[in-house]
Formats: sequence, C-alpha cells, structure tokens
Amino acid sequence: MDVSVKNLRKEFDRYPALHDVSLDIRSGELIALLGPSGSGKTTLLRLIAGLEQPTLGSIHFGDEDASHKTVQERNIGFVFQHYALFRHMTVADNIAFGLTVRPRGERPPKAEIRRRVSELLEMVQLSGLEKRYPNQLSGGQRQRVALARAMAIEPRVLLLDEPFGALDAKVRKELRRWLREFHDRTGHTTVFVTHDQEEALELADRVVVMSQGKIEQVGSSDDVYDRPNSPFVFSFIGDSASVPVSIVDGSVRFRGDEIGVAAPEGDIVSGEATLFFRPQDVAVVTDPSAPALEGRVVTSRRLAGTRIADLDIGGADDPLHVEIEVPLDAQAANGTSIRFRPLRFKLFAK
Amino acid sequence: MTTTAAASGRWRLRQPSVIPGFGLTLGFSLAYLTLIILIPLAGLVWRSASLSGAEFLGILSDPRTVNALKVSFGTAFIAAIVNVVFGVIVAWVIVRYEFPGRRIVDAVVDLPFALPTAVAGIALAALYAPNGWIGQILNVVGIKAAFNPTGIVIALVFIGLPFVVRTVQPVMEEIDSEIEEAAATLGANRFQTVFRVLLPGLAPAILTGFALAFARGVGEYGSVIFIAGNIPYVSEIAPLLIVIRLEEFSYGAATAIATIMLALSFAMLLVINLIQAWSRRRYGHGA
Amino acid sequence: MAHKSSRRLRSPTTEAPAARYTLMALAFLFLTLFLLLPLVAVFIEAFRKGTAEFLAAFGDPDTLAAIRLTLLVAVIAVPLNLVFGVAAAWAIAKFEFKGKAFLTTLIDLPFSVSPVISGLVYVLLFGAGSVLGPWLKSHGIEILFAVPGIVLATIFVTFPFVARELIPLMQEQGTGDEEAALSLGASGWQTFWYVTLPNIKWGLLYGVLLCNARAMGEFGAVSVVSGHIRGLTNTMPLHVEILYNEYNFVAAFAVASLLAALALVTLIVKTALELHYGAEIAAGRKH
Repeated sequence: MDVSVKNLRKEFDRYPALHDVSLDIRSGELIALLGPSGSGKTTLLRLIAGLEQPTLGSIHFGDEDASHKTVQERNIGFVFQHYALFRHMTVADNIAFGLTVRPRGERPPKAEIRRRVSELLEMVQLSGLEKRYPNQLSGGQRQRVALARAMAIEPRVLLLDEPFGALDAKVRKELRRWLREFHDRTGHTTVFVTHDQEEALELADRVVVMSQGKIEQVGSSDDVYDRPNSPFVFSFIGDSASVPVSIVDGSVRFRGDEIGVAAPEGDIVSGEATLFFRPQDVAVVTDPSAPALEGRVVTSRRLAGTRIADLDIGGADDPLHVEIEVPLDAQAANGTSIRFRPLRFKLFAK
Repeated sequence: MTTTAAASGRWRLRQPSVIPGFGLTLGFSLAYLTLIILIPLAGLVWRSASLSGAEFLGILSDPRTVNALKVSFGTAFIAAIVNVVFGVIVAWVIVRYEFPGRRIVDAVVDLPFALPTAVAGIALAALYAPNGWIGQILNVVGIKAAFNPTGIVIALVFIGLPFVVRTVQPVMEEIDSEIEEAAATLGANRFQTVFRVLLPGLAPAILTGFALAFARGVGEYGSVIFIAGNIPYVSEIAPLLIVIRLEEFSYGAATAIATIMLALSFAMLLVINLIQAWSRRRYGHGA
Repeated sequence: MAHKSSRRLRSPTTEAPAARYTLMALAFLFLTLFLLLPLVAVFIEAFRKGTAEFLAAFGDPDTLAAIRLTLLVAVIAVPLNLVFGVAAAWAIAKFEFKGKAFLTTLIDLPFSVSPVISGLVYVLLFGAGSVLGPWLKSHGIEILFAVPGIVLATIFVTFPFVARELIPLMQEQGTGDEEAALSLGASGWQTFWYVTLPNIKWGLLYGVLLCNARAMGEFGAVSVVSGHIRGLTNTMPLHVEILYNEYNFVAAFAVASLLAALALVTLIVKTALELHYGAEIAAGRKH
C-alpha cells in the first residue's frame, strides 16, 4: 500500500512540531524516519497512524484520502516504543485482541482466531508461549509479541516507534536483522522511527532524515551518507569535520591561505562557505611547499585498524578542532604538526 | 550485603549496616506494639478461648447475634459494591478530566477520613431522615432511607468511598497512554478499550479497594448508629450488639461476637495480601 | 494544496463529550449527596436557631469539659504515636531484617479492627472480670471509665497513622544520605536531626495531622471504655451523641461543627502540603 503525506503541518499549543512535510512511501518499502529528538519524526509517525490529527495537510493510503479516518478505521499496525502489551492478558489474548474486538459480523470464529494466533506466533518464533503473561517475557520476546499483535489485523501499513529503543545492544542487533528478514518475507509497507543512524542505514530501503520539524533529505543509505544535501545531514550522519572557508575564483581558502582544494565546477564560485569532509576522506600531504590544511596534534587515539588524530588547525589564538584519520605509520605524536587535504568534501554556502 | 550474610553461613536477624539505632528503634517499636496492640488483642483471643465450644456456639446461634452479623456483613457488602462503582467513576473523573476545582474534588474524597464518625452519623441522619432534606424527597417516591438497613448502607457508603478511590487512583494515574493507543490501533472502540483493556488492568486495585471498604464497613460504628434505627433483628449492627452486651456485662457474648468479626478482619487482610502477591507475580506490579 | 481538516477527530485516549459529561455529572452528584451535603448540614443545623443559640451551647460546663478532655487525650496520644511512628519507620526503612513484612502488617492491624473491638480489648484487660481488674481496684487505680482508658483506646486506633506515612517515604529515600552523614563524622542523633528529619518533615507533619484528626474524632473505641460520665469522661464526639440523644440538636450540631471545622482544617492543610511538597510526601500516598 502506497502512503503519501502532503503538506503536513502539526502544531501543539501553537508550537509547530512539523512544518509542511510531504513524503511518498512506495508499497512494500521499508522506510526509516531518522532524526534527533524533537525533530518531529515520532509526530509524523503518529499522524500517519491517526493517533494525532494534523493541523493542516492530508494523508493518503493508496488513492484514498485517510485524513478524516479515525485510528480504528485506518487499519494500521502500530508497534509502540514500550510495546504497550496488555499485561493482564496472555500472549495469545494480546495477539487475538484486534480480531476479538471486531463487530460480530466481521469477527472470525474462535477456532479461526486460534489458528491465526498460532500462525503469527510461529512467524515471530514464539510458539509455545501462548499462555505466558507479558511480565514473564524478555524484552526481545515482548517486542515480537507486539509485532505479532499488530500483524494480526492484517494492517495496510506497519508503523514502528523506536522499535529497538528499549533493548540492550546485543538483542537489538539480532532483532534488527530479524526484522529485515521479516519484512522481506511479508512485504509490508513499513515505517519505523529511530534516532540511531546505524540502525536506519543498515535496515531501511530509504532513510528520511528529519530536523526541527522538517525533512532534510530522503534517500538510500548511500545517498544520505555519501551525498548529504545539507550541513545538518552531513554532520548528523557519520563522523565529519567542518571548516569555515572562503572561496575566491573557485579556489577554497582557509583564513586567506589556499589549501589545495578547488570548488567543483558549477558549485560556488566565490563567497563564504563551510567545508565538510569525513575523517577518512583525507590525504596527508608530505610536500611542505604544497598548499594544505595544517594542524597541531592535540591528541590521537587508536581506533580498530586506524588512528584518529584530533588536530587544532586554528592555532592558539583561535583554536579550531577537526578529527582526521591518519595512517598507522604516520607521525602523530602530540604537539607535532600534520598537513592534510580533504579528498572528498562538500561545500555549503553560508 | 547479601553475599556477606550468606558467606558467613550463620543465621542473623539483620543484614549488616553502618546506620545506627537498629536496636533502639526496633526495641522501642516492638515494646510499644506489644503493650498497646498485641497484649490487649491477645487478651481478647484468650478470653474467647476460655469460652467453651457450647457457650460459643450458643452465643453465635442466638438469632439476635445471627441477625446482627447478617446486617453488618450484608450492608457492608452492598455499600462496598456501590463504592466500587462510584469510586472508580470518581477516580476516573479526578485522574482523567481537567476541570476547575479538580483539586477541591480530590480533597473532598478524603472527608470521611477526616470527619469524626459521630459527626458524619448525625449529619447523615439529619439529611436522610424522613423529614431531612434528602429524606423528604425520597419519601415522596416511597423510599425510606433512614432507620432501616438502607440507612446503614448510606452511612457505610460515606465511610468506605475513600478506600476505593485512594486504592484505584494511583494505579489509574500510572496507566500508560500507549496502552489505550495500542487498543485503538487494533480497532477497539473507546468502550472496548475501557472495559476490556483498562478496567481489567485495574482489577487488583479495585478488588483491594473493595476488600478495604468492606472490612471497614463491617466494623463501623459511629456513623451508623444514628441513622440505623438500631431495631434488633432488622437494623442492629454487630458492633452495636457488642456494646449492648458489654453494657449488660455479658462479656462472654461480647467477646464471641468480637472474635468472629476479628477473624473476618484477618481473613480480609489475608485476601488483600493474596491479591497483591498474585497481581505482582502475574502482572509485575502491586495493586 | 493543504486543506484544513473539516471533521475534528477525537483523540483515541478520551471519551466522547457526552460520556465525559455523564461521568462527571455522576461523580459530582454522588460526592455532593454523600460527602458534601452532610458537611454542609452540620453547619446549617448548628446555626438553625441563630448565632446566639449556637454560642450558648459552649456555655455549658459539660461541653467545655468535653473539649478539654478531647484536647488532653490528643496531646498525650499524638506525641506517643509520633515517637513510635518515627522509631518504627527508622527500623523498617533503614534496615533489612527477618520478619520485617510481618511487623509492617502488625502495624496496620488497628486499621482493620472495628473501633468497638479496640475498646473492648481494654475492657477485657482492665475490667471487673479480668485478671488485672481486681488488683487495679484494690490499689485504687482507675483505667476503665476514666481518662487513662480513653487515652489507651485512642492510642490504639491512631497507632498506625504516623508510621504508615513515614515507612514508604523513608524507604524511597533509602540510606544514602545517612551513610554520607555518618561517613563525614556525624553521630547517630546528629544524622537523624540534621539529615533524616529535614527529609521527612512534611511527610511527618502529614501523618501527625491525620493522627490528630482521628484522635480528636474517635468515637467507637472511646465510647466503649469511657463510661459516659458527663463532665468527666466525655470527649467531644461522645458529648455530641449525648446531646443528640437528648434531642438537643442545636447543641449537638454546634459541638459537631467544631469537629467538622477541625476536619476541614485538616483537609485544607493536607491539600496544601500535597500541592507544595507533593514529591516529598508522594511515597506516602501510594499505599
């Protein structure tokens, strides 16, 4: 089921949580809404679900305008951050709930409900736990019961709010892989909210990066990581360094000096800008006469197969710290000087 | 701390702690508790044990005693049911709705805890007597609300309400709104959400509140005797019968009735503890 | 382009307005009929025949004696239970020891015993038919039908109030502050005065308030041990009963109105405490 969101605006007590957000989600896609807290990602998810009503804008499921449908009518599957399992009901009763509350005419017969419940339990690999209460399950098991419960009503769209937020690191990784497989098997259109970029990049077909109630960028993991389209996305996803520069006739200068970097053709020709690059996308420059950025090593640390150096490229009067990756055999003692040049970078006009 | 105790391998009264005053405070508490509560209660039990079985049965099969116990238990049961229904509604209104004066309504619920029972008793009698403000109105529709068991129920509803509200309210406050939203996303309408998800979750607290209100109602005296009419066999409550027997110096009879009521109190305490333990084990929280 | 939602959808976590207003109406009606009107009735009945008649009630020396006795009983009973409450809470909240849960249950015991039985146990202990009775009589010591009996019965029924406010509060606060103070060289008493007491003062006041309200208003237990000797062993609630039974309604309600005023003050201070120091007494509310 395609889902499209058009010009959505949501205010809470006049304070806007979402400004004019539009997004098209294709049928069968696994989409991550990624952003820091307060970016509006959970609000967007709740608006799609119908748990909140938009101040302006509309939400479409396929060709149908769902804006005026109640949450009950929208037929979505929602998995809550803290699972929201009904603690006085067994696992089986939790999963069956969505079917048993249907009006008499639409409600499947008891035997059919039982069959569906055991099917779903098998699907989430929890067969045999029908009679348990939520309190008697581990976090990961609860999460999967919540998912089975949401799937029981055969939802048009599956929405998950921070699905792994309350789990410890190990279970989180396992469940992440499991959810990807689950999605590939069932083919449901799925939207999940996360503040964990690793989770978003690994799991999602497309990542929606949000900040301050707006969508910053929508794209594949490669798009948002390799081709970030805004300073926010560049600094939010992955490690990065930013340096204020000026551009004169296509040549990038830091505090007046050339650094051996040229603005790409068609990019900014002159003016103030910010230079973004990733720590690993640099080359150490050994030729002392070649233009480069130069910094004093403040500290360096070993990180797995590489060494990360924290450089002060501004000098004592106006320090400016950047982190770069240096070869393991490079001289990087504290206080020594390193010259380098970004190989891959992006310029954003001020 | 636990490991040290286990490693030392010997039984100890308490786990080691640097905080002083354990002996003093526990000693004083136990001595005071023993003198004020335990010895007098033991006296009652001892006195009751000194009654022969035949005497005991004789007193308890006296129709007046039987009726008094029936009246006390019956009216307390009905009042506790009324309080469960309205107590849950009152708690719901206080917890869920924003309205001017919510704090005042919340404070008013505690009135029966603060108002002396005798004062409540004469006030209720004045209101619900056939010539009272409410009694007059009820009289018109043919309801006699005082000087009969109905009057007792009214007094016990007054006394028991805060027990239900104050037991249910904190649990209600802790309901996560995600639970209700989850029910809604699964297609449940509001009625189904309330009756199939929220209220069953509150069941342990509601049961505990019921048990507290019931136990209090069975033993209540001051607020009841003014409105009950105290007609033997009809609207005479067990605590009043104890007082009457004492005034007749029939200490044996008073003791026998008191023993039965005390046994019920303990049974209620046990039931409440069982509800809480069961609820903790199954749902992971107390009532 | 974006359009304004025409149909306002209700949040999935609230009821329809009709249901909401019905529930609120039910709650308010119930609270008015059972709690508010009785309170109002006390004052209206007290002033039914004017202020002069109301004041005249307090010219009666027996009434004044009842007020004095009530104050005396409270002045003895409340501090004793305060000391006990603090000691018991210290032992239970700051230490882990065997039988702690049982001790906590025992402290709550008076709440589940009928007030009449609370009085009865002292009658059985000190009365004519008891072991102690003849010995007390031969030594000229009067406990029953005298002030000591009234004090004892009052202590019995108000026994748990301070302790049960403090125990959950002090348990929640843990022992970290005390351990810090002790590690800095404070003595046990200094730790209590300068560290523990400031942490629990509002919860303590709260407990004392409830304890006092009950001590001044207790009827059933005191009624059994008092002997109802006018001017000597009548507390205010007992005096209310006597006046009421003599059909001296204005005087009965006048004395009752004093007790009702005390209840109101208790509720107001309690609400103010909850409003301003909610967090500091919150643990006490979760019982």
